[in-house]
Amino acid sequence: MRAFRYQRPADVAEAVALLDAEPDAAYLGGGTNLVDLMKLGVQRPDLLVDVTGLPLDTVDTLPDGGLRVGATVRNSDLAAHPAVRRDHPLLSRALLAGASGQLRNMATTAGNLLQRTRCVYFQDTGKACNKREPGTGCAARHGQNRDLAILGWSEFCVATHPSDLAVALVALDAVLEVYDPGGAREIPVAELHRTPGEQPERETNLPRGALITAVRVPPLPFARRCTYLKARDRATFAFAVGSVAAALDLDGDTVRDVRLAYGAVAHRPWRAYRAEEALRGRPFTAELAARAADAELAAARPLPHNGFKVALIRNLTVRALTGLAAAVPR
Amino acid sequence: MRSGRESGKPAEDGRSSPVALTVNGVRHDLTLDNRATLLDALRERLALIGSKKGCDHGQCGSCTVLLDGRRVKSCLILAVTLDGRAVVTVEGLAGPEDLSPLQAAFVARDAFQCGYCTPGQLCSARGMLDEVARDWPSAVTEDLTAPVELTDAEVRERMSGNLCRCAAYPNIVAAIRDAAAAR
Ligand SMILES: Cc1cc2nc3c(=O)[nH]c(=O)nc-3n(C[C@H](O)[C@H](O)[C@H](O)COP(=O)(O)OP(=O)(O)OC[C@H]3O[C@@H](n4cnc5c(N)ncnc54)[C@H](O)[C@@H]3O)c2cc1C
Ligand code: SF4
Ligand code: FES
Ligand code: FES
Repeated sequence: MRAFRYQRPADVAEAVALLDAEPDAAYLGGGTNLVDLMKLGVQRPDLLVDVTGLPLDTVDTLPDGGLRVGATVRNSDLAAHPAVRRDHPLLSRALLAGASGQLRNMATTAGNLLQRTRCVYFQDTGKACNKREPGTGCAARHGQNRDLAILGWSEFCVATHPSDLAVALVALDAVLEVYDPGGAREIPVAELHRTPGEQPERETNLPRGALITAVRVPPLPFARRCTYLKARDRATFAFAVGSVAAALDLDGDTVRDVRLAYGAVAHRPWRAYRAEEALRGRPFTAELAARAADAELAAARPLPHNGFKVALIRNLTVRALTGLAAAVPR
Repeated sequence: MRSGRESGKPAEDGRSSPVALTVNGVRHDLTLDNRATLLDALRERLALIGSKKGCDHGQCGSCTVLLDGRRVKSCLILAVTLDGRAVVTVEGLAGPEDLSPLQAAFVARDAFQCGYCTPGQLCSARGMLDEVARDWPSAVTEDLTAPVELTDAEVRERMSGNLCRCAAYPNIVAAIRDAAAAR
């Protein structure tokens, strides 16, 4: 690991100024991803700016019924927060489906959203990887790509974003509060991550040095009935092979509203807008759910080893929605 | 065990730092390379070798300790971030003559074979039972807002961050349930 300096800023402005002044600086949250990647030599910061002491560690309910989650709130505290469990349970479900008790006690909200891909070639500095070293090629494109993308990938990179929380936040139309040298700004979580295009090293639309300070989740009462289905290679404590976040609102048999997002299928959490469109205003049936998933997945281009993910996501969509339809009071 | 301020290299290059760390109730004033993880500081500097390095990447749980009472993986925490914080390792759970109820339950239930994962299992279980006492839900909790009932399935899910290569899992679950019932 490269030797580095360490700073604990007193406030947000100092944190941003520190990062702005140093080309090789990085923010440190819980460290569960960054420290791991530093050990592997994938990330080599010269300065760590520890943000966990900043006053960004509260969960507040907003007057409109929404939620404001500080960037340094630990994943376990967020999942267990009474207002989250009661009014925004999709967040608890997605968080509890990820990592382990110990890791959730360490991991922060912002760190979770900005964790890097689990592509094994990205993690191995001996392999070609356009994301780690632009221009070197993509070892995964014709290598072991079973776990990687089916949607939105490019010849430059076929990686997926591994966060479960991000999938739930995208489904719920959450908005990030960000602070950068230009001042405060907001950006929808759905616009945080990019598709790889020709620049897989550019993973987000955040300006350089931007500090995430909070995530706001708007009120969505019908999403109290929700589900997060996560398929993985063992029963628990594993990253998703594919996941579906869903919330459903029925008026009699008719779909009044729906939220649907997919995880582990693309370089960013994938909001299934097309599937939602195919569902809204129609009488709900399992066949309709399958057709809606097909509408979304028509754009899928599976890699040599992950063709199964198309059927997996389709089936998870049907299972999630039919389960919710059976439980929703009419 | 070393304690007191060590004459570590001066931190003038900014790449090492003074860290006051309380471990098992004893305060240590250390100067640590910023790269040192909590696990390495415990094992290499404080000779507390109960916490084990299984994977060094957060994947196995054998390095689990309690940080200000919460279970964490010490291999992914930089010690430099812990100035003023308090850590409990397996050595701090109880003395050799007076096992904690959890440790006694592990012995009674034969909840280990080689024992390599055991310090992490014990620290993790201690932290996990506190989480249950606060009614934190898990992935297998059906009603997120109801009090938690500690079933076998709940114990397995909540302990999933601790692997056991000897697969002593059934006895680990039984030991933890015994200890929970005796609480
Ligand atoms: C064994 C293992 C299993 C896991 N399983 C899962 C899983 O199943 N599902 C899942 O979703 N995740 C899983 N994770 C990943 C885990 O959730 C992430 O590592 C964690 O959420 C990252 O949060 P952190 O605070 O530790 O981030 P850090 O490691 O501290 O930081 C991650 C990135 O975010 C940046 N950053 C941190 N805070 C800010 C901020 N406020 N503003 C701007 N940038 C910031 C850092 O610079 C860094 O680039 C697993 C991890 C491990 C080790
Ligand atoms: S898929 Fe992306 S992250 Fe993986 S090797 Fe290719 S360029 Fe690198
Ligand atoms: S050594 Fe820390 S989790 Fe394996
Ligand atoms: S007892 Fe051997 S690894 Fe668990």
